[in-house]
Amino acid sequence: MFDLLIVAAMLGCAFQAVRGTRLLIAALWLAGASALTAIMMFRLGAPEVAVIELSVGAGLVTVLFVFAINIAGEEPPVTLRSLVPAPLACIVALCAVGLGAAMALPNLRVESSLVQADKFATVVWEHRSLDVLLQVVLIIGGVLAVLGLLAGGRADARKESQ
Amino acid sequence: MMSLSLPLMAAVAVLGLLGIGLLGLLVTRNLIKVVVGLQILVKGALLALLLAGRLSGQVQTGQTLALTVIVADTIVSVVALALAVQVRRQFGTLDLQALSTLRR
Repeated sequence: MFDLLIVAAMLGCAFQAVRGTRLLIAALWLAGASALTAIMMFRLGAPEVAVIELSVGAGLVTVLFVFAINIAGEEPPVTLRSLVPAPLACIVALCAVGLGAAMALPNLRVESSLVQADKFATVVWEHRSLDVLLQVVLIIGGVLAVLGLLAGGRADARKESQ
Repeated sequence: MMSLSLPLMAAVAVLGLLGIGLLGLLVTRNLIKVVVGLQILVKGALLALLLAGRLSGQVQTGQTLALTVIVADTIVSVVALALAVQVRRQFGTLDLQALSTLRR
């Protein structure tokens, strides 16, 4: 029953984040969906990732969204016609969900007798060290990309003012 | 059946999040709302990884992969938001339709 409530609230938050016309409100709904996803991760037996999702997904990313909306300025909440017609988009999304359900739900009963005994830190640092390297590369690349974007914008603004 | 209830709920959450994220990507015209839709889609993928790890008895491997996805998703969001800020400064709009027809 608790899981059902969590899933219903999570999907409700996610839908409101997509449906809302105001960006700031959508960012807050997204933070709620992230927090509920973290609870679901904890229930699935992944407490380490749940904590990271709560701090990064619901904390850092929300702050970044609010910061970006604050700098960019919120556009007036007018309802624009979507590029893809809304009924067609709904049909495509429903077809994708139905296809996923048809493929995934029959396989849920397959419970493996194999249980991984290693700790999370052991798996991360010893078995999946390439993933750690990839994360470091991603972080450095992301920081350089943001610095380049912001510096490029500042240079353009300076050129225009001259 | 009781042991199936949590995986079943997680599977419903995965499918729901993927559907809502896809719908968001399809219907939105705002650059920042595209990032919101992408975030929801990735949350569904994260839960799917953890669910697969639990069902195959390899929870820690699922957690490690989910950690990598969280890092990649955060970087994508940061870069996309910085891009949105610059686009708004340069062109004065976040509307994808207007941006696709603009020329500097």
